[in-house]
Amino acid sequence: GYSSAAKEITVRDALNSALDEEMSADPSVFLMGEEVGEYQGAYKITKGLLDKYGPDRVLDTPITEAGFTGIGVGAAYQGLRPVIEFMTFNFSMQAIDHIINSAAKSNYMSAGQINVPIVFRGPNGAAAGVGAQHSQCYAAWFAHVPGLKVLAPYSSEDARGLLKAAIRDPDPVVFLENELLYGESFPVSDEVLDSSFALPIGKAKIEREGKDVTITAFSKMVGYALQAAEILSKEGISAEVINLRSIRPLDRAAINASVRKTNRLVTLEEGFPQHGVGAEICMSVVEESFEYLDAPIERIAGADVPMPYAANLERLAVPQIEDIVRAARRACYRALPMTATA
Amino acid sequence: PPSAPVPRHRIPQIPLNPARASRASPAMAAAILRRLSPAAAQRAPPRLLPPTLARGVSDSTEPLTVETSVPFTSHIVDPPSRDVSTTPRELAAAFRDMALMRRAEIAADSLYKAKLIRGFCHLYDGQEAVAVGMEAAITRRDAIITAYRDHCLYLARGGDLVAAFAELMGRVDGCSRGKGGSMHFYKKDANFYGGHGIVGAQVPLGCGLAFAQRYRKEGTVTFDLYGDGAANQGQLFEALNMAALWKLPVILVCENNHYGMGTAEWKASKSPAYYKRGDYVPGLKV
Repeated sequence: GYSSAAKEITVRDALNSALDEEMSADPSVFLMGEEVGEYQGAYKITKGLLDKYGPDRVLDTPITEAGFTGIGVGAAYQGLRPVIEFMTFNFSMQAIDHIINSAAKSNYMSAGQINVPIVFRGPNGAAAGVGAQHSQCYAAWFAHVPGLKVLAPYSSEDARGLLKAAIRDPDPVVFLENELLYGESFPVSDEVLDSSFALPIGKAKIEREGKDVTITAFSKMVGYALQAAEILSKEGISAEVINLRSIRPLDRAAINASVRKTNRLVTLEEGFPQHGVGAEICMSVVEESFEYLDAPIERIAGADVPMPYAANLERLAVPQIEDIVRAARRACYRALPMTATA
Repeated sequence: PPSAPVPRHRIPQIPLNPARASRASPAMAAAILRRLSPAAAQRAPPRLLPPTLARGVSDSTEPLTVETSVPFTSHIVDPPSRDVSTTPRELAAAFRDMALMRRAEIAADSLYKAKLIRGFCHLYDGQEAVAVGMEAAITRRDAIITAYRDHCLYLARGGDLVAAFAELMGRVDGCSRGKGGSMHFYKKDANFYGGHGIVGAQVPLGCGLAFAQRYRKEGTVTFDLYGDGAANQGQLFEALNMAALWKLPVILVCENNHYGMGTAEWKASKSPAYYKRGDYVPGLKV
């Protein structure tokens, strides 16, 4: 026979179908957030779900994050499975006490009596031209806390598999999406489209195999890393790109195995550099694979400044593909062109 | 304090002043002493109570009506009747529970001062009637949540006294296996959800418990306790708004002990009429 073209779906449709299927399979799953119902979702992720499941299971909330996040956590104490949407994770700071103190720590403080099967999801990180208060990446903030799981999908397969795993998980999960990825299409196999599909939490994916330098990334930066790897391959540098998928727990085994193979590491993230995800990855490699490093670890992160508005400044404040390429070259001792040494 | 004269109760007043009660005649005291055997006289000190006072506590289940000492004040709702029907057994059990809670809290205070309880120790002595009175009105299928003044709520929900003290002292036999401490007592099988250290956080959480009760159509309610200090928290009004919009079966209970941490009520709250703070939500001053 012939092989049909692989089906492509957008990240938006991947998330929507995952929510739909999980709500259909488990009546205790419900959605809560601003504009998730009648407006069909601020970014249309929850489109059609109010019509399908009704207002008892898809709840439009007032603009009161602390209140509705607390209500969601309380409902989870009683065994329901809420999916709380933050219009962006910048607004999760209004509710961060409930995420950390009411959700993440309860299982430990109650010695296992209370578990909190809740998902907090929404777009994270920089968008385009939305300014300082609407552009921060919170991966490092949430990944700091024991008791939380933190996921960051890149492709449609990641979006479907990780969101399903998050909803089925008995503990609180922070699910960091990216607004600029919602419209991107990725090929998906039949297995991914099956309603029972889920990805394991805590496992990274090698998006591109290589042997000269490891580049770790998550969310939108995975796409940038792949483009950088393409450019690097033309210069004779074979980059291995790791899509982290899970920020907490971090797949330290995969990262270290890759670094032991390539001996060089570039960590890539969009967020601020200090105390960021790259700092943790660097320490993990120093702890476990120090003798395998042939060069200092390179860290590419957003600029250490509140996100500016002007387009040229904004471009300078987030990593660009040239920055990743330059860092990989530095890690491979190719920072200077060969002729400069003559 | 109530300005109206104290109304006549229907239960006879028993003088509990031991000094007055022991003013028995010398002849009566001698008669009591003669009735005791020499060995008993050496063992136990002579009791000088007149015989009419030395009676057992009633466990009668005959219905009994008590009129509360002050009427209820209400906000946009009719206040309930002042007549409460109960039984001697129920009242005696309530008294026993409150007395146990009082003793437990005073003991905890001593342990805290001896540094055998570390960190924080928020005591409920003086507030026992709230926990005990609530329990009399509900079942264990209804839910209760409170902040960190939680020792007696845990006991009222059927928690074990030794487990409570073990938890306070950080032992593995504690109700949270020593991992929670004073502020984090839970008893999920009795629908007691803690035990929260962040002032006011328990209010939206309690509305969430009620959300689940309504979602599952259980017909149960949640009592969501907070103090006069937490009454000013913004998240309380956020949660109350949603509870009213979605008709959640939650009762927000303000336990007003007139202090929020170290600050007196009059310095912290512009309006001390907490039962009216619900605005569009009915309120009751108890």
